[in-house]
Amino acid sequence: MTAEPLPETAAVYWRPRVDERGLRRRGRIWTLTTVAHTVPYGIASGVLLWLEPLTAPVVFALLAHAWVIPELYAKRGANVLRRRPRSDAGAERTALGLLGDLVGHEARALHARTGLVIERGALGVWLVGEAGAILVRPGGRRVHCWCVRAQDSSLPSADRIAHLLLALRSDEQGFATVANLAFSGARRRVRRRLPPALRPALDAAGAAARR
Amino acid sequence: MARLIRMDGSGHTTLAKWSTADERAVEAAVAAFREQLDAGYYAVVTEGEGRARQVDELPVDADLVILRRPIAGG
Repeated sequence: MTAEPLPETAAVYWRPRVDERGLRRRGRIWTLTTVAHTVPYGIASGVLLWLEPLTAPVVFALLAHAWVIPELYAKRGANVLRRRPRSDAGAERTALGLLGDLVGHEARALHARTGLVIERGALGVWLVGEAGAILVRPGGRRVHCWCVRAQDSSLPSADRIAHLLLALRSDEQGFATVANLAFSGARRRVRRRLPPALRPALDAAGAAARR
Repeated sequence: MARLIRMDGSGHTTLAKWSTADERAVEAAVAAFREQLDAGYYAVVTEGEGRARQVDELPVDADLVILRRPIAGG
């Protein structure tokens, strides 16, 4: 990766540039937020049940909250890889040819199976989709899910990916700075919320991040 | 033969082809390149697997220069 900053970072000048330390800090904040969303409900449920077993329906509602809120966040993370409507077949084929030229054999095969491109970076292993990317951190356990897209809705799907891939390769930290963080947490939480067809791509990224 | 391509709704469009020996073709490529940058495109040169470089002058010795739209957080 080169040190030349991505020009789009000028549009988000107020954001600190994403780096290794910043990612770790944001990961911790997300973990604390998840704890804050679940533990109080758990404690309140225990206390209520202990004081009055007849409050069981309320306890059930509290526990449902404790489960649903983190799941919704994970779903938001998984949604960054959601596929968009296809444009015309000829344009898709042409765009696919260019994308195929940009990536290696393994990434090409994964894209054919899942519609996602895997890319190793300095911050971890990226899984690039049409309107977002998931960064699997070294070790493979934590992911950061980013919403980011090319500003042209007429582009075929493979070109949308190629846009993100080229920006990522030009300046990985700048790419993460421009993108909006939708979720950070355990990879398995996002995997559960992904459509089954996309899970092999996240598994491959997880395996690559462990190497 | 080097190529300047633009990613667009058709997949991609080849805007110019040149070889360093052909001055007229290089001039045409530089003009097309400038025009696209003025229209808001960014230019990228791939440098092997996993590497790319943003450029604001046409690298005449590159094999492939790709024009892309800006990206933004969704």
